[in-house]
Amino acid sequence: MTPSASLKSTEPRLKVEGLKTYFFLDHGILKAVDGVDFHVGEAESVGIIGESGCGKSITAQSMLQLVRGRGQIVAGHAVLRRKQGEMVDILSLDPDSAEMRSVRGDDASIIFQEPMTSFSPVHTIGFQIGEMLRLHTKLSEAQIRERVIAMLGRVGISNPEVRIDEYPHQLSGGMRQRAMIAMALICHPQIVIADEPTTALDVTIQAQILDLMRDLQDELGMSIVYITHNMAVVAENVSRVYVMYLGRVVETTTTERLFKDPKHPYTQKLLRSIPHPGRPVERLEVIEGSVPSAVDPPRRCGFFTRCPSAMAGVCDAAIPALTKVDDEHWARCFLLSDEKEAEDEWSSL
Amino acid sequence: MLQFALRRLGILIPFLIAISIVSFIVIQLPPGSYVDSYVNNLRLQGNVVSAEQEGNIRAMYGLDKSMPEQYALWMGKIVFAGDFGSSFRYNRPVAAILMERVPSTIILSLTAIAFTWLLAVPLGILSAVKQYSVWDHTLTLIGLVGLAVPGFLLALGIMFVVYQNTGWLVNGFFSPPFREAPWSLAKVLDLLKNVWLPILVLTIGGMATITRVLRATLLDELNKQYVTTARAKGVPEMTNVLRYPLRIAINPLLSTLGWMLPAVVGGEIVVSKVLNLPTIGPVLLEASITQDMYLAGGIVMILSVLTVFGTFISDLLLALNDPRIRME
Repeated sequence: MTPSASLKSTEPRLKVEGLKTYFFLDHGILKAVDGVDFHVGEAESVGIIGESGCGKSITAQSMLQLVRGRGQIVAGHAVLRRKQGEMVDILSLDPDSAEMRSVRGDDASIIFQEPMTSFSPVHTIGFQIGEMLRLHTKLSEAQIRERVIAMLGRVGISNPEVRIDEYPHQLSGGMRQRAMIAMALICHPQIVIADEPTTALDVTIQAQILDLMRDLQDELGMSIVYITHNMAVVAENVSRVYVMYLGRVVETTTTERLFKDPKHPYTQKLLRSIPHPGRPVERLEVIEGSVPSAVDPPRRCGFFTRCPSAMAGVCDAAIPALTKVDDEHWARCFLLSDEKEAEDEWSSL
Repeated sequence: MLQFALRRLGILIPFLIAISIVSFIVIQLPPGSYVDSYVNNLRLQGNVVSAEQEGNIRAMYGLDKSMPEQYALWMGKIVFAGDFGSSFRYNRPVAAILMERVPSTIILSLTAIAFTWLLAVPLGILSAVKQYSVWDHTLTLIGLVGLAVPGFLLALGIMFVVYQNTGWLVNGFFSPPFREAPWSLAKVLDLLKNVWLPILVLTIGGMATITRVLRATLLDELNKQYVTTARAKGVPEMTNVLRYPLRIAINPLLSTLGWMLPAVVGGEIVVSKVLNLPTIGPVLLEASITQDMYLAGGIVMILSVLTVFGTFISDLLLALNDPRIRME
């Protein structure tokens, strides 16, 4: 069932299957992520795109088992090839175990979207970046300091010897995001999940940050999962895209194919709502309505309420399965295939 | 940091002067004076007090002078001679009464505050980290009972239970045979046998607030992004809580540390009465009732100065803890 046909990588660095992360709220079950499959190859960049609330950030946090409180990963596997080459299903580990902690930051790390709130305001940048090395290596304090200064310099922070002892509020937004990248990459993880890495930044800074990430990827050879709602980030940085809607992947293909020949009505609408410079239009196209609530969702296509091609009695009767269009293109729509999503113990909840 | 401390210290001086003026006004506020009540008493007893005699008594105590003059005299003596004037009622120098009672009061209060923090902070953390657990609910219940039951009632209750079961009457700091005795091991043991009760009562009284405040602020902080960031780095959960969110959640508590001391002194007046403790609280109460103005003024002054220095220490701790404060 999984779109295993990938472009060049033979064995994926990370392979996620059937991920379901639910929030058990007082007024029902919020199915934030409801059966997501994706994989990332060696040194590959993939994008997960979708609107706010589609479950993309929860997918990111689920990878490192960071979901807390009422949220719970109820099903799924995420098989990661660790630095030493052993395969481990990280979702099968106890979230508080030493093994899970040894994966976090060292094998896989996250670049968070809000550089202001993602650092502790009362600890120096240097302390917080150095903590990565303190946790995952046996370096001495002097060596750690040296490595942190080198890394800060590498991500383009001027005067790293001075900046290392400064607090987050003394840095500009762009600088903080550079520091965040330095922190995520200092242990040379094999996979980096970038959760809206440029959302909080100015457009000019966005470009610089993305360039920096591409350079670092060439240099360090890590795989990157870009989680974003920004089509520009996707277009320029990733080889394959997963489009998410209401907790599920509705379409996945190469970036080129996605822009040229989207198959799912949601993707088609989404692409048409992007403004194109130099091509003036009366009004930008919008997708009518809003994303329906993911609390106790009915068993139907998630896009049914907003879809121009919705077929009554078909699309609201079952959930379409993610089916193969061709070797590098998969979509989840009854217009393309009659195949229905299989039910499991969680479907009827 | 040093600059911050010096600047804060500099602000203290005008502040202290202002406080002394306010203290003086406060003790002058109630209508009448000690001489009025004294003369009234004499007349009630059938004595004849002439206006001239009344005037002489007034002059003796310096009450015939204008307010600013009285203030200047009062402050001058305090600053240059450590003389707080005389207590009308006890007919002794106020300074001597303060010397007797202030140190024991401060030591008792600081001990109670120390115990309060040592118990309340870990319990607050436990309550927040294990929100809605049995622990949390139990602590909340105990906290609310501790908050609702007045200290003196708790003191009476415990006193009664201890007396019923052991025959030991907790009373004052020392049992009667040791009150005037020189310091010895036996006296220290006797002190411990008595002093646990006021410390316990004051600790329980203060604990609830700190536990609740810390629980609330920590719960806010635990959901912040930087906690998730630390978790994503592989920081163990307990280290994470103690290193990051607690550092910020403790700020409101640090800022109230300064006025905990006078709050404890005020809160223990009734407890002190009930337990017969020779602390400053009951004396302040009596001095206020009898318009023993120099005594009341002296105590208000000392308490205010303690508050000001407490706040200074609070500020220093806050600045040490939070770089955003010290760099302002």
